[in-house]
Formats: sequence, structure tokens, C-alpha cells
Amino acid sequence: MHKLLTDQPGHRMLMLGNEAIARGALEAGVAFASTYPGTPSSEISLNLFQIAHQTDLYFEYSTNEKVALEVAGAAANTGVRAMCMMKHVGVNVAADALMTLAYVGARAGLVIVSADDPYMFSSQNEQDNRYFGKLAGLPVLEPSSVPEAKEMVPYAFELSEELNEPVILRTTTRINHSTAVVALGNLTTPQPAGHFEKAPLSFVTVPAVSRKLHVRLLENLARAEALANTSPYNFEEGDGTWGIICNGVSYTYVADAVRDLGIEKQTRILRIGFSHPLPQARVKDFLVECEKVLIVEEGEPFMEEAVKAVAQQAGLTLAIRGKGVNLFSRLYEFDPAMVRRVVADYFGVAHTPPAVVDLDDVPEIPARPPTLCAGCSHRATFYAVKKATEGLDTIHPSDIGCYTLGFLPPLGMGDFVICMGASTGSAGGFAQATEQKVVSFIGDSTFFHSGIPGLINAVFNKHNITLIILDNRTTAMTGHQPNPGVDMNELNLDGYGQISIEALVKSLGVGHVSTIRPYNLKKSIAAIREAVLFDGVSVVIAKEKCTLYAKALKQLHGKAFQITNRCQNHRDCIRDLGCPAFYLEDDQVRIDPDICAGCAVCAQVCPEHAIAPVKASP
Amino acid sequence: MKPMRLIIVAVGGQGNLLASKVLGEAALLADIPVRMSEIHGMAQRGGVVESALVFGDAQSTIISDGEADVLVGFEPAETLRALNKCNARTTVITNVAPLPPFTVAIGKSHYPELDQIKSLITAKTHRLIAFDAAAQAKEAGNLMSLNIVLLGALCRTELLPLTTDAVREAIRTRTKQAFVEANLRAFDLGYQAAA
Repeated sequence: MHKLLTDQPGHRMLMLGNEAIARGALEAGVAFASTYPGTPSSEISLNLFQIAHQTDLYFEYSTNEKVALEVAGAAANTGVRAMCMMKHVGVNVAADALMTLAYVGARAGLVIVSADDPYMFSSQNEQDNRYFGKLAGLPVLEPSSVPEAKEMVPYAFELSEELNEPVILRTTTRINHSTAVVALGNLTTPQPAGHFEKAPLSFVTVPAVSRKLHVRLLENLARAEALANTSPYNFEEGDGTWGIICNGVSYTYVADAVRDLGIEKQTRILRIGFSHPLPQARVKDFLVECEKVLIVEEGEPFMEEAVKAVAQQAGLTLAIRGKGVNLFSRLYEFDPAMVRRVVADYFGVAHTPPAVVDLDDVPEIPARPPTLCAGCSHRATFYAVKKATEGLDTIHPSDIGCYTLGFLPPLGMGDFVICMGASTGSAGGFAQATEQKVVSFIGDSTFFHSGIPGLINAVFNKHNITLIILDNRTTAMTGHQPNPGVDMNELNLDGYGQISIEALVKSLGVGHVSTIRPYNLKKSIAAIREAVLFDGVSVVIAKEKCTLYAKALKQLHGKAFQITNRCQNHRDCIRDLGCPAFYLEDDQVRIDPDICAGCAVCAQVCPEHAIAPVKASP
Repeated sequence: MKPMRLIIVAVGGQGNLLASKVLGEAALLADIPVRMSEIHGMAQRGGVVESALVFGDAQSTIISDGEADVLVGFEPAETLRALNKCNARTTVITNVAPLPPFTVAIGKSHYPELDQIKSLITAKTHRLIAFDAAAQAKEAGNLMSLNIVLLGALCRTELLPLTTDAVREAIRTRTKQAFVEANLRAFDLGYQAAA
């Protein structure tokens, strides 16, 4: 049995934030869950995926976040509780559905988890998704700790049902990937199948309907604000006159700072956990008790601007500060010492900054950047593209996945990356605006996610591009989640379809389609060369299972390779491939047999044919 | 209870997250408040994994520069890299068996001398415990138990608000049954090494 199905109310368990959110959903009786994987949200989905095999919960990995939200939004409108999880940039993809789903609302609880990533530990931007609550007119809840994240999920479902609106649960990486002790509550059995009651004047958003639905949404927003004013998740601590308003993990840094500085008596903290709509009455009552106020929030001045507006309306002139020079930054994540320093400086309290050791005489420590794994087929494909395009002036738009790492030396394959799917759309723009040859890269999961419309666009508008689909048969980057091209039978799971990328691409009328096995360099280079020289849209599907995934499925049978005494130390292998299995010993290249996956790509690159399989010991 | 802040740094695949989990479970068994956070970047692709564990009365789950009471490094260059987390009162425990980054392995950058790593850490912190934890793990019967060797050394310092028994109990009940014997041997070897 999955550990999150432990039916012992009161039992205390060590949980990752994402496990706590999944458990919260089970305690709320979630019946339906959908997602597109993305760090830092992925473990919520992974746990629910596993649990769905053991319970009546329906879970799906959807093609993208927009589809995931449409699926969950429909389910919630049949009367079953639904949850939809995604990383912060995923909400951009889902935004079209989100904005009007807010008009339509939800008949049963619908909770959307947005996992934000301040500091961009694993993201392309650090956008602050509280603004989506404001933009869509939806309630936003923000936990400060792992146990609170679990508690907030059932509350989010109740709130959603009280308002008949989706509710956004907004976390940050330090909630998702923190671990703490959580007390289990009661598991709730999900409702059985829902039933859709037709009500076109509520569900069909033609202008005449939407004009009424927008009125309803604003009324709901006013009700939400009334609820926020009395919500237990907006609470005060202390009765001093130095005011601090904070949210999320910032609250924990504030609480530690106030205690460490010994200013409990002087301060008054307003922790905002129900942050949109802002509980204006509550904030006003707080402000009138304060001499000056500091707003502590990571990201944008979301609360700060709203709190200042409250003060203006109430005719209060006290100092309210948050972002600014010598205050807090809009950049990156906060930490306890930074918050302690700003709190001390702002309220004029003496404090001793941490005595950081002097690092001036510490030598440069070699970096340890992530690299493509030994045996990764992307390396072979990138090398083949490099060889096939030698002498051409090329642009390589790339996309979001492990293969983004191809931009690093020695491969240097990746010139423009902005968001999921953009390699296909931006390729057309580069091709049209320049004389350069465009060869772009996209992974299989990303192609299904949002690469297809860009490819259709290229076919229709007759862009001259080559698209390399790096089909490693899984969603590798986020932990090997299924995608529509995956053979689910290999995972011993039935009841799934499977989509052939090759058949799909051919059906779009792409002029030149070929499939390569990237470990065969000679054939791959020839096939890519042919595709690149084709005038029009060409697609090359580089098909080879991710080595880590193949290993997990016990399908990795390649024998390790070694450098034989034919080696003349040209070092093309190291210089051109940069595989992490290579190392130097006594100025000779060696291959670590424990790391080598046996892909044989380096053996094909060596001009002396000096790389050969390790012979089985007699 | 006064907070005790521990940073663990390792290279992906060295078992940092399991080590943190064992300590967290031991704290849960002993009813000691604990919160932890982890950043694992692209751990499976050779990156650095950093865990922060805060025991006692604090709410933060991360540790600012200069505020670690104890630093445990599973790889010597990574221990040195995490020195920004330390202050003059910090105790540092490190494995001395290097795992050179790829750029070093192919001669593109230089790995600091082990003696220099040790003398720098010794000069800047309260105490350095440095030994070949990889060798101890092999002696215990499984190189993968390097993480548990270092937990043994950590317990020997008596800096954690956890008893050795609680940590051993967490190893017994929270690590894979097939590895419990080797893990307990590894724990004892690490405990002795830090004498």
C-alpha cells in the first residue's frame, strides 16, 4: 500500500511538501487529478499517479497544462472534486482555459496548484503567479510550511465549493521540496462518477452569457474577500506597533528573525495565507495599530501595492515599505539572515550579521554543471547535426528538456530557448527573417505538449526549416513521466493509446521525414544532411530510449568500451563528445567502465579505431 | 530547544537524500522538532545535491551563509565549496575520496590539492574531521553506504540533538532491508573513524 494511503488519523509522518499536498488531496476526497509534469511540482503527480493504481482516484498525465486544466475543469463541473498541478510557467500554457473557467466556475471543488520557483532552481523564469489570481479573479492560498500545505488543500476544496470557483494553491520550491513532520487526518472516500447537468446559460460563454458570468465572478470575488477577512489562514501574532505583513516561506524567516532579535514585544505580524483577494478590512485593522510596516514577500510587490492602496483609501499615512534599496529585492529567494538584517535595519534594532568565513584564499573550485548522461542519444544526435551542417551558417532554436544542455561546449547545439514548444514556432521566424539555415531541436514530450502547432505553421507558411525531434521515448527531464508516444505496456499499464510521431508528422504534409537511430553516426549524418538540404519543411526523428529510462526498465544491455593501445591521443572523443565516462590518466584518455553505457558513439568518432568493447574476462 | 543547523553536500548519486531522511526519521522517533529542505538540481546528471536540516525551535527550512553549526561533505571539493555556510564555530566532517568533476577528468580544470582543502577548512572552522569514508564503506561491504559512514561520524560528534540509538533505529527501520546489516556496519565504522 502507498504510504500516503496510511489510514491512521493522528499518526505523524515525515513528508516532502509535495507528498503533503498529495495527502491533503486524499483527505479532501479528490476524485480526479491531472497534470503536465514540471519541477518543483512533479512529486505531487508522481504520488497521485501511483495511488490511482490502488484506489478509485482517476489520474492522468495530460499532453500539456492547458489540456490538464480543461480535463480537470470539466470533471469538476460534473460534481467530482478535481485537482490540477503544474509548475508556474505551466499556468501560462493553461491561462486561456483559466481565464474563462473563472467565469464558468466549478460545481464541485477545483484546486489548481501552481508551483513557483523563485531563484529558478529549475526554471526559465521566476514569474510570480499570485498575479494569475488577480488576473483571473480567483482566490489564492499560500502555505508557509509543509504541514500547512497539507491542511490547506481540503480548505481549498471547501472554499472552491463555497464560491463555485476554482481556487489556486500557490507554492514555492521551498514548500514543495522541504520536508517536515505532518500529522495525518482522515482519508475521505471520493465521490463516485459525476453527472453533467446541462445549463448552457452558465457554461456556453457566448458574449451574452459571459456578460452575466463576469457579474457573477465579481460578486464571487467580493464574497471571497469577506471570507479572506475572517480566514484562519490570515492571522496575527504579537501586539506591538512595528508591523510586518508576510506570506509563504517568508513568514518562517520573519518568525525566526523576530525571535532571534528579541523583538517579540515590539512587533505585530500579519501572516497572509489567503492572499487574493487581499483581506482589506483585516489589513486596515492591522495598519491602524502600527507605527510603521514592513512587507516581506518573495517575488513581486504583490501585497505591498495592495496594502498601500488600503492605507491610501483609509487615509493612513504610516510608512509602508517592502521592495527597494536596502530593503527587499524582487530577485531570487529570501533566506533567514537576509530577512533578519532587513527587519533589524528597518525597525532600527541592533543585530549581528552571521560571521561568514573569509573565502579570499580559497582556490577556484571546478564547477560541476549538469551534463548529458553517458550514453545519452542526444549527444550522438547533436554531434551528427554538427557534422551534417559543417560549412553552413546555421541557427539552432532549441526547447525545454535535458537536451537544452546541448548548448554547452563541446556540442554547442542550442541558440535560442524561451519556453515549451518554441523551437518549432521560432524556427519559422528565423528562417523567414534570415538567409541562415535553421535546424531546431525538440523532445518528444515537448513536441506533443506544444510543438505541433509550430510545425503545422511551418508547413502552411512554407518555412524552410529542419526540425530534429529528439525522441527518447519518455519525459526524461522531470523523472520519466509517460507522454503520448510512450508504450505504456512496458510499464505494465494497460488502457492507454500510443501515438506515432512519424505518422503524425507525415500526416501534416511535411515534405521530408526520416527516422534515425542516433547511435549509428554515419547513417544519421547522411540522413540529417539530406534533410537539411531539402528545400522546405523537413523532420528528422532521432529515436533512442533515454539511457536512464532504459536502465530502469532493465533494457540497457550495452557493454562498456575501453581505449586500446591503438590510441594516438588525438582526443577527438573528449573534444567533440564530452561524455562523462572519459577521464585522463597519465595523459592518456580512459573510459570509466562503471559509467560507460556502451553506446559505441565514441568508437565511431575515433580516427584510429582505438575504442573497442571491454572483452569479457575469460 | 536551541536550533541546530546542519548542511549536507554531495554529488548526485552519493545518497545525500537518504542520509537526510534517516536523520529526519530519527528526529521523528525521538520527538525532536526537525525541518529540512533539499535542492537537487539535475542530480541524476552529475550535479550537486545540498540538504539543509534544522533541528529545534526554528521555522525556517533553509540555512543562510555563515549559519551552519555542522557541515557534512560527501566529497572534498564540495565540502570546500560549501564553506560559505560555515563560521568559526562550525564543525566540518568530510570524506576525502574525491570524485573529480568532468572538466577535471578531461584536464580542462584543476582539482584543489587535498592537503590544501583540509588546511583551509581547519584554519577557518572550529574542527575538521576528515577521513576516507569511501574506504570505510567498502570495508562495510557496500560503497553505497558512504552516506551512512558519514552519519556515524556525525553522531560521534554529539552535536546533533539525536542519540546514536535513535539514528541506528532509523537505519534499521527506514533503509532497505537488504542493506541494513551493511549500513549498520558502515555506521559503526564511521563512528569509530571520528574518534
